[in-house]
Amino acid sequence: MFKAFSQVVSKELKGAFRRQSDILNPIWFFIIVVTLFPLGIGTDPALLKRIAPGIIWVAALLAALLSFERLFKDDFIDGSLEQLMLTRYPLPWLVSAKVFAHWLLTGLPVLLVSPLLATFLALDIETYWALFLTLLIGTPILSLLGAIGVALTVGLRKGGLLLSLIMLPLSIPILIFSTMAIDAAAYGQSYLGLLALLGAMLVASITLSPFAIAASLRVSVS
Amino acid sequence: MLHCEKLTCVREDRILFKDLSFTVNPGEIVQVEGPNGVGKTSLFRLLVGLSSPYSGQVLWNGNLTSEDRESFYQELLYLGHKTGVKPELTALENLQFFQQMHSSFRDADLWQVLAKVGLAGYEDITASQLSAGQLRRVALARLWLNDCPLWILDEPFTAIDKSGVAVLEELFIKHAENGGIVVLTTHQDLSIDSSLLAKITLTKTAADIYV
Repeated sequence: MFKAFSQVVSKELKGAFRRQSDILNPIWFFIIVVTLFPLGIGTDPALLKRIAPGIIWVAALLAALLSFERLFKDDFIDGSLEQLMLTRYPLPWLVSAKVFAHWLLTGLPVLLVSPLLATFLALDIETYWALFLTLLIGTPILSLLGAIGVALTVGLRKGGLLLSLIMLPLSIPILIFSTMAIDAAAYGQSYLGLLALLGAMLVASITLSPFAIAASLRVSVS
Repeated sequence: MLHCEKLTCVREDRILFKDLSFTVNPGEIVQVEGPNGVGKTSLFRLLVGLSSPYSGQVLWNGNLTSEDRESFYQELLYLGHKTGVKPELTALENLQFFQQMHSSFRDADLWQVLAKVGLAGYEDITASQLSAGQLRRVALARLWLNDCPLWILDEPFTAIDKSGVAVLEELFIKHAENGGIVVLTTHQDLSIDSSLLAKITLTKTAADIYV
């Protein structure tokens, strides 16, 4: 059972490292979108610091959206999705492995470049720490929610736009609580409660969304 | 034993086949025939549970397949139109993944299996560089790597050359003699002895069954 999980993850990672543009493009997109803001609205540190959390979070959301298409689409086209559905292992378990691999390839790089972007946007260390924690908890939720949307639209020819329409409204709560937590940190207040709320969302999506993803995939493939 | 009971398949408000019932016993090879668009692939997808029938049910050894997916899939090998071979992985890596996920032959020699399907020397080439026939051969290599009694193969001979077809036919016969079941579609004439081979013919209007 755990072996199947690690097999799926390692297959995904192996495939992704052979197509490096898939990993690099979303993260480049993320970096470029964030750097465009200082260019567009000026480099006043006070202003940048004020809007930095929002910018980074919205950019992370868009970058995630950009990478979702690939999550099940290629597997759908070449038939590996069908084969995945016909294994002796429960489908929700296997899709969790796929989503985990997707997070490793898209969520983790966002976390890794976030110190650089925090410096661009003149964030102080306390605020950055809050930003990091919200990204750490929030990006897996984005991957899990997005995967439901992808699973629903994978059979459609032009599912990309529909995917954004499904996915973006669902991610609003994460965006709100994350930026609230970061704002609280910027004013030196405690943001533990908000983080706990995000954590609760993460636990709920980890436990429930694999079943939703599996069910949506069965509908899409039939 | 694979048993279908009154399967009805509806696609886009059109009835493809209605009340189709048949039973396949261990040791039988069944060829599903019929013109294009008559519902052969749809029938196979119903059999393996990738889509659900409009009405009717599929039973494997007396159990409803829709109720006990995991144990049915332990005994099923399905090969569809799409090969399920990942283009960015090599032939060997594709097979390794299959072995880990589906096969109970953990220590089978994958190099030997690839040589058997005529891919010796291509083990380390990414699948995207292989030809259509070679891709199909990578997918078919899985037939040597499993002990599933039920094989459901949708057009297994697509893009396969004559000598490859002969090897596969031999393998099917061996599988049937060992008590396995092969259900396949093909537009080629099979050179399998008619005592082993049964045919199901789907026609445009209704499904007629000759077993």
